[in-house]
Amino acid sequence: MSLVTLFGLFGTQAGGLESHAEWEPLLPGLIILLPLLGFVINGALALSATRKSADAVRAGGEFDFFENGRPTTHSLPTWVGPGVMLLAFVLTLVNFFGMLGAELHEPVIRSYWAWISTGDLHVDAAIQLDQLSIIMMMVITGVGFLIHVFSVGYMQDDPGYPRYFAYLNLFVFFMLVLVMGASYPIMFIGWEGVGLCSYLLIGFWFSDEEKASAGKKAFIVNRIGDLGFLLAIFLLYLVFQKVDYNGVIGDATSVFQYGGAMVTTVTLLFLLAAVGKSAQIPLYIWLPDAMAGPTPVSALIHAATMVTAGVYLVVRSSVLFALAPLSSALVAGIGVLTALFAATIALKQQDIKKVLAYSTISQLGYMFLGVGVGAYTAGIFHLMTHAFFKALLFLGAGAVIHSIHHALHHTHKDWDAQDMRNMGGLKAYMPITWITMWLATLAISGIWPFAGFFSKDEIIWMTGAMAGAENAPYPGLYTVYWILALAAAMLTAFYMARLMVLTFHGENRTGPKEAEHLHEAPKTMWIPLAILAVLSVFGGWINVTTDLRESVLGGFGLLPMGEWLHHWLEPVTEAAHQIQEARLGQVAHAAPFGGGEVAWGMISFIAALAVVLVTVRLLGRKEVPVAVDDAEPTGFARVLYNKWYVDEFYHRWVVDPILTTSRVLWRVVDATIIDGTVRMLGNGTRAIGWVGSLFQTGQVNTYALFLTVGVLVILSMIAF
Amino acid sequence: MLNGIAYDSWVLHALIWLPLLGAAHVLWAVEDKAKTLALRWSLVVFVLSIGLWWAYDPTLGGGYQLASSHSWIAAWGVSYAVGLDGISLFMVMLTTFTTPLAILGSFNYIKKREKPFYALMLLLEVGVVGVFSAVDLFLFYVFFELTLVPMYFIIGIWGGERRIYAAIKFFLYTAVGSLLMLVGILYMYARGKAVLGVASFAFVDLLQIPLTPTEQMWLFGAFALAFAIKVPVFPFHTWLPDAHVEAPTPGSVVLAAVLLKMGTYGFVRFLLPFFPLATRHPTVVALMLTLGVVGIIYAAWVAAVQPDAKKLVAYTSVAHMGFVVIGVFALNVNGLQGGLLVMISHGISTGALFLLLGMLYERRHTRTIAEFGGIGRVAPWMATAFVITALASIGLPGTSGFVGEFLALIGVFENHPGVGVFATSGVIFAAYYMLPMVQSVFFNALDKPENRAVQDLSRREVAILAPMIALMIVIGVHPTPLLRRTEPSVQMILDRVWEGVPPGGVSVGLAADTVTGLVEHRGAVASRPDQVAPGTGE
Amino acid sequence: MLAESLVVAGAIFVLGTLGVIVRRNAIVMFLCIELQLNAVNLTFVAFSRYVGIEGQVFVFFVMTVAAAEAAVGLAIIISIFRHYETVNVDKFNLLRW
Repeated sequence: MSLVTLFGLFGTQAGGLESHAEWEPLLPGLIILLPLLGFVINGALALSATRKSADAVRAGGEFDFFENGRPTTHSLPTWVGPGVMLLAFVLTLVNFFGMLGAELHEPVIRSYWAWISTGDLHVDAAIQLDQLSIIMMMVITGVGFLIHVFSVGYMQDDPGYPRYFAYLNLFVFFMLVLVMGASYPIMFIGWEGVGLCSYLLIGFWFSDEEKASAGKKAFIVNRIGDLGFLLAIFLLYLVFQKVDYNGVIGDATSVFQYGGAMVTTVTLLFLLAAVGKSAQIPLYIWLPDAMAGPTPVSALIHAATMVTAGVYLVVRSSVLFALAPLSSALVAGIGVLTALFAATIALKQQDIKKVLAYSTISQLGYMFLGVGVGAYTAGIFHLMTHAFFKALLFLGAGAVIHSIHHALHHTHKDWDAQDMRNMGGLKAYMPITWITMWLATLAISGIWPFAGFFSKDEIIWMTGAMAGAENAPYPGLYTVYWILALAAAMLTAFYMARLMVLTFHGENRTGPKEAEHLHEAPKTMWIPLAILAVLSVFGGWINVTTDLRESVLGGFGLLPMGEWLHHWLEPVTEAAHQIQEARLGQVAHAAPFGGGEVAWGMISFIAALAVVLVTVRLLGRKEVPVAVDDAEPTGFARVLYNKWYVDEFYHRWVVDPILTTSRVLWRVVDATIIDGTVRMLGNGTRAIGWVGSLFQTGQVNTYALFLTVGVLVILSMIAF
Repeated sequence: MLNGIAYDSWVLHALIWLPLLGAAHVLWAVEDKAKTLALRWSLVVFVLSIGLWWAYDPTLGGGYQLASSHSWIAAWGVSYAVGLDGISLFMVMLTTFTTPLAILGSFNYIKKREKPFYALMLLLEVGVVGVFSAVDLFLFYVFFELTLVPMYFIIGIWGGERRIYAAIKFFLYTAVGSLLMLVGILYMYARGKAVLGVASFAFVDLLQIPLTPTEQMWLFGAFALAFAIKVPVFPFHTWLPDAHVEAPTPGSVVLAAVLLKMGTYGFVRFLLPFFPLATRHPTVVALMLTLGVVGIIYAAWVAAVQPDAKKLVAYTSVAHMGFVVIGVFALNVNGLQGGLLVMISHGISTGALFLLLGMLYERRHTRTIAEFGGIGRVAPWMATAFVITALASIGLPGTSGFVGEFLALIGVFENHPGVGVFATSGVIFAAYYMLPMVQSVFFNALDKPENRAVQDLSRREVAILAPMIALMIVIGVHPTPLLRRTEPSVQMILDRVWEGVPPGGVSVGLAADTVTGLVEHRGAVASRPDQVAPGTGE
Repeated sequence: MLAESLVVAGAIFVLGTLGVIVRRNAIVMFLCIELQLNAVNLTFVAFSRYVGIEGQVFVFFVMTVAAAEAAVGLAIIISIFRHYETVNVDKFNLLRW
């Protein structure tokens, strides 16, 4: 196997068939390799930097990486970290435009080497470029680049700067492997790889036990989902003897029965995996804890990319899910329940990042709802818009925390910089952050004409439409979903508006002396915010249904909106859509309780707007005590504040029993029973030996007796 | 190039006997020079073994290559016969790779009586390489028992507090099993003599013996017990934690990386091809699979609550071997390949883990997890190496551990989906036992002043760990060349398992025909003609 | 005649054996051993009447050996006595486990 082929960026064309060679992707392997290169360079730098810092720690101090006021370890990662991202993004864009012009019908696959090849199992190290993967790639590299730039400012003062960028680059590498892989095992490499990077980045400040534990929790809970992924791969291999997308998805309709046990099992297992990775009920518990990591990490990993992997998995396997209505209903059900459940918790959280964390869980629930009811494009659409406004929200929160932290640091005040009760009135100090975050808030609340309105609305609408489809499998259930989705949307508007009011409006509560040090974020931090804000405003215009477009919501066809994303993703989703049309018939044109798409669009928009305005009005007037002065919540608020006591439940009924069982297994079974048996054999042998030794009295009389007895016995044996 | 020096004809003999010469040299030398001398000898052996990668040709089918045979004890039909197939190839290479690293790792650890120690390490290498290359059952048994002696002394003299207890337990427990195997061996010899008229211990000949199903079951039991203790399979595993905890670091490394593999190698080399009817008997398969799965989950759970870091890793060895057992008894290509890959991967990653723990012990003289904390801040390179190794151990994709586990699981799943489900849950529990330990040792606050003084990796230590980590990643990313070499031998064994030997019939003929370079053994009871030159596998 | 002789000899032998087993004084044990030997001698003589003169010849051998053995044995006992100050065999238990 020559090195050229091994590292050949051009790969070999795989995926046989009649290859439509109209479009030749440009260095797709390089897109993946660039972040990996960044990891290697930054990692090497981190290793040498940590050596020095370790010497300093050993001597009792901390490593001071400032020489002449300029950080010595910072310059290379600053350029390499975001630099490789920018290059990757540009390359992705080039390929995207190439694909735009090429009218691709089959995915383009590039195979680089035979990863596992034994017996019947052949998994190539291959990447697949199609409409879906390129969208994901653009989101990952684009938003990722902006977050890298933001991190330059945010992590300036952190001695772990090179290590941070190393991990961040590694994460993007694995995420790209995840979305670009051409087979499920390759996706799984990326899947677990991003879990690893999540672990490393959540526990980035590993000297803090809480943060390190949060990382560990994320990894272990993710692994529960990974069990599902592995079992699904095994089942697919059992059925198809192949595990690449083309092989499985191509033959799926002919091999699987609609609603059959096999396809339902496979999809349920994939659902388990997705639930773990995308933080849905019951495996969402790691995401709020993940806020222990640096805020840009929360933005990138726990908002824009890693957590969306579950949604990507479902869309990639859309054919399988379309063949399994039970699983799809379950996907949607878990999604909407999580959406509502997480929203309720967000209502009462005081930590700004926790609110956003639960908001993410809730929005992921919407994505699951979308792909569960069969609106795969809507799910991806919401994934995209959510990446924009959620990343913006997290980065904005990061800017706020950064600022408050500085202020508190100056006066050595011991307050929590992330508690919204310690904020307030920041709009005067951080106007750019304030405006951009409001734009994101309006987007996420589903206010027209911002991005979130169109994506969320389409999901809710499709839920209702599917509920009324001709042969809908669970019409009543989907109607319930629809209602819950609407409710969750209202809650979303409320808690986001609450976040904005507490943070930016009213009087500043941080303290008069501290307020002097509050300032806007530096350019490296607010420019990405601005770019994301633009995307949050206009990003939704790429996928507006014709009905909406021609109504007032589309400016009666005057505004430049269209159904572009839907058409773009058709080659990927059409197989699933065909199955849906065949089985479920036509979708309804009216929501469960009447009213068309436009009507409900208007209703949800106006309702959300009303919630936002009322919240701003009412909460803006309220007196908010600072964190140290605030009383513990009581009653139902207490339940919400304590996250419905789910973590405690898990600890009591899952974690502690396993630990106790482990201890019992060790002390009782292993040490006492099994080893006891072994030692018993040894001791038994010694005991028998001891019994034998009793005959050795050392006294002649005894020996004489035995002699005589022995002779008599022998004589009697001879005689008889 | 290798042909030019007739590599195939002498390499196996060199690999087996050079360490013996090395041991003698070490004993003869000055005390100070002992360790570098031992290192040099083991490196020579390693360098010589590298050529095996190219010398072994998988396209020739899965039979033995680089083989040779000489009559040893003619009266008993014992021959000095050695050879490598795709499976033993990697076992030998794993051994020659691990030994110099273990020796290098003992430089700072062994402070008294260095000469005997290094001599014993080299002697151990003799035994282990002999075990993997033996193609004669008597020879195999001799080498198998031979490995016990140096290990016993290594644990007993240079070990921890309860070293005598651990050494005796290790020796007796393992020896008892092998004694039963000896009975089985002699029985087979007697049958061969009676039924075929051939009195021989060579594999080729023994494979020809038609054994009735009952005989196969009993013999399976006898051999399986010996190997099950060695592997170790639950519930015969309790000697391992004690042995590992009390053994000195290099002893643990060799024990985990190499000695345990002798057990699983025994499964593949003997149980499957020699006793196919027993191997594929549903009860036997069910039993072995159950024990394997129990091993995976039980050992993981027990590992998670261990306060002693070395004991924790010891239990993880049991868990990993569980994967090997289920892979082997899946009785298909994927499973067996997976089992082999887990063996190789476990050897490297667990060896590295023990080396790292040994480095920590050298600095802090404790193995208790609770006494550490925050080491990552003062020893970041060590933390990095440890995290990477730990991830390879728990099978993160991209590392060698994943490929092995994946193949083993998919193999088991093919034939026994229920078992597969339980076994796959082992990946969750792997994270459950490993990550808290990593956190307690390397992360969390640096609150103890003794921990603050911990030095990071020295150049020697980096030299030890770097090749191991590199291999873990390379095998994880590109395992196919390895799999390609083992596959024909695996296939051959599986053909044998699934065809079986017709009762009272003729041999399957596979050994005699497809073995290249192995001279035929034809001998009457009384005398065996001395055989001629060793084969030249090409 | 033979039967009576054998009975007497047997009785003496049994007495001697019991004495060796039961008595604790080393010298008395030796006396009992002598009893056993003499019982055997009696048996030999008794049978020699019917079998041949070899019986009586053999008695001389036995007596010689008995004398030699008594000499050596008593010497050992005296040597032990010098150490233990007693000839009670209960005390001579160094070979006990």
